[in-house]
Amino acid sequence: MRKILAALLIGAAAAAGAGAAMAQDGPLRIEIDQGVIEPLPYAVPDFVPETPAASEYAAQIARVIAADLSGTGLFREVPASAHISKVTGFDSPVKYADWKAVNAQALITGAVSVNGNQLTVRFRGHDVFAEKELGTGLQFTGTTDGWRRMAHKVADAIYSRITGESGYFDSRVVYVSESGPKNDRRKRLAVMDYDGANVQYLTNSASIVLAPRFSPTGDRVLYTSYESGFPQIHVLDVGQVQRKVLSSGDGTMSFAPRFAPDGRTIVYSQTQGGNTDLFSMDINTGAKTRLTSAPSIETAPSFSPDGSQIVFESDRSGSQQLYVMPAGGGEARRISFGQGRYGTPVWSPRGDMIAFTKQNKGRFHIGVMRTDGSEERLLTASFLDEGPTWAPNGRVIMFTRESQGSAGRALLYSVDITGRNLKPVKTPDGASDPAWSPLQN
Amino acid sequence: MSGLKLAVAAVAVLGLAACSNNRWDDTANGGAGAGAGLGAGALDPASPAYFQQTIGDRVLFAVDQSTLSPAAQGILQGQARWLTQNADYVVTIEGHADEQGTREYNLALGARRANAAREYLISQGVAGHRMKVVSYGKERPLEICSEEACYAKNRRAVTVLAGGLTG
Repeated sequence: MRKILAALLIGAAAAAGAGAAMAQDGPLRIEIDQGVIEPLPYAVPDFVPETPAASEYAAQIARVIAADLSGTGLFREVPASAHISKVTGFDSPVKYADWKAVNAQALITGAVSVNGNQLTVRFRGHDVFAEKELGTGLQFTGTTDGWRRMAHKVADAIYSRITGESGYFDSRVVYVSESGPKNDRRKRLAVMDYDGANVQYLTNSASIVLAPRFSPTGDRVLYTSYESGFPQIHVLDVGQVQRKVLSSGDGTMSFAPRFAPDGRTIVYSQTQGGNTDLFSMDINTGAKTRLTSAPSIETAPSFSPDGSQIVFESDRSGSQQLYVMPAGGGEARRISFGQGRYGTPVWSPRGDMIAFTKQNKGRFHIGVMRTDGSEERLLTASFLDEGPTWAPNGRVIMFTRESQGSAGRALLYSVDITGRNLKPVKTPDGASDPAWSPLQN
Repeated sequence: MSGLKLAVAAVAVLGLAACSNNRWDDTANGGAGAGAGLGAGALDPASPAYFQQTIGDRVLFAVDQSTLSPAAQGILQGQARWLTQNADYVVTIEGHADEQGTREYNLALGARRANAAREYLISQGVAGHRMKVVSYGKERPLEICSEEACYAKNRRAVTVLAGGLTG
């Protein structure tokens, strides 16, 4: 298993660099909340290989860092072909004038060494125009097969220092991999790095699987499977790929399971006699609690990050709308009041927003609103957009986009919560129902 | 419930029985334009094929609805009579939705549709313990165009026979 053993400050140079990190008025600051911004130019020359076996990783790590940063739409790479000076030693003085000349405002330098199957990556960020280090240098050590994670950690650190937000690159996405035509679609659970690398399949495609969700620590996945012939809730240990059925197979349908922040309670939908209500369950004891008892459809629940409330969808008003209620059940307050139907609410990990799917006039949208329903903002529009999930920093949303017609297929897309930087996420086959993990440790 | 309407619906179903294809699509529109008269072959009235093709194994629904139209009720009356006469069979009623909805809502909506059919069959004398319901939401469309012509056929509750000793 890929594991990162340590993140260490890099010695003396680190102390000198700390001063630069404190400078709030430096040019290297991206305010993500601002409207249209010019991407910040940066350079990330190949890292310096310090052992013979490190050379195969040194260039690749720099490429993954560049893909992470440029992929946000907030940064623009100054390509290697434009570089004037070459970084030959991690501790050699940086020739800032050479980087200023190519207008790289940020510079990332690093070194890689390999000892057996241990890989060590050291890096520093530089504020080129201030001629200072950008924060402190860091070192990550892990196994060689975890090299991409170390690159993501470097990119997270750089992103975090320049935007003031926590990063999200060292994260995974669990989703439903799809193949075959619309009327014979094969589905299986898959997990991948947030950027589509390292795809691993967790189930075979013998049974329909739907809507997976990570546990708060990212080690387990809840999902719905038709393995028994009826939709039932399963929990899967991602490392062991061991599964367990949580709901009984007595002909009742249970689906839409989500973890509470405690990692032990789940909330889900159960259908009895055609009526769908919300329940919670302690997955250790199996004890269930009914949360709603209305003749309407109650489904697609999502906990607030503090675990005190649940947002869900209900058609008790006559059409699908969003409601918030206490986590233990009780009176629900409607929060969606715009035109059309609202579903699949997901509470932001920051706690400040709720993402949702909206259907209006034959179009589907992904949108966000405050938790009281105010400041609704639609981020996308298409024939069928559905099922948002939040990046761990609450700044980016991934969702399913299904194309129209008999050849239609589902793919994953991501978009910033500003509505900028809409782009597809690379997957080997069709893909739906993404759910983002927390940042990995 | 008007007895006259039921009788008309039942006649429509019988008329459609002779039609070779798409009979449930036509019945969903009230059975208008059903071409009668062509021989349907000699299906054994106690066979599952007769249940599927002559009685009609499915009913269709309006967008985001689970109420049974008069035509749907007529088909279910035929199903109930058949199930009463062929008491060896148990059934699973599968509820489905078209693709114009979110996944989990459509699962719940499909369950509503399947349950509406089940409740109606119970009202017509079929024992509840013979009938399970399951919803596939939008996971198993029959027709794959993204137009109402296809959507209308996908919004369905299908009565699937199982456990027949004679079938």
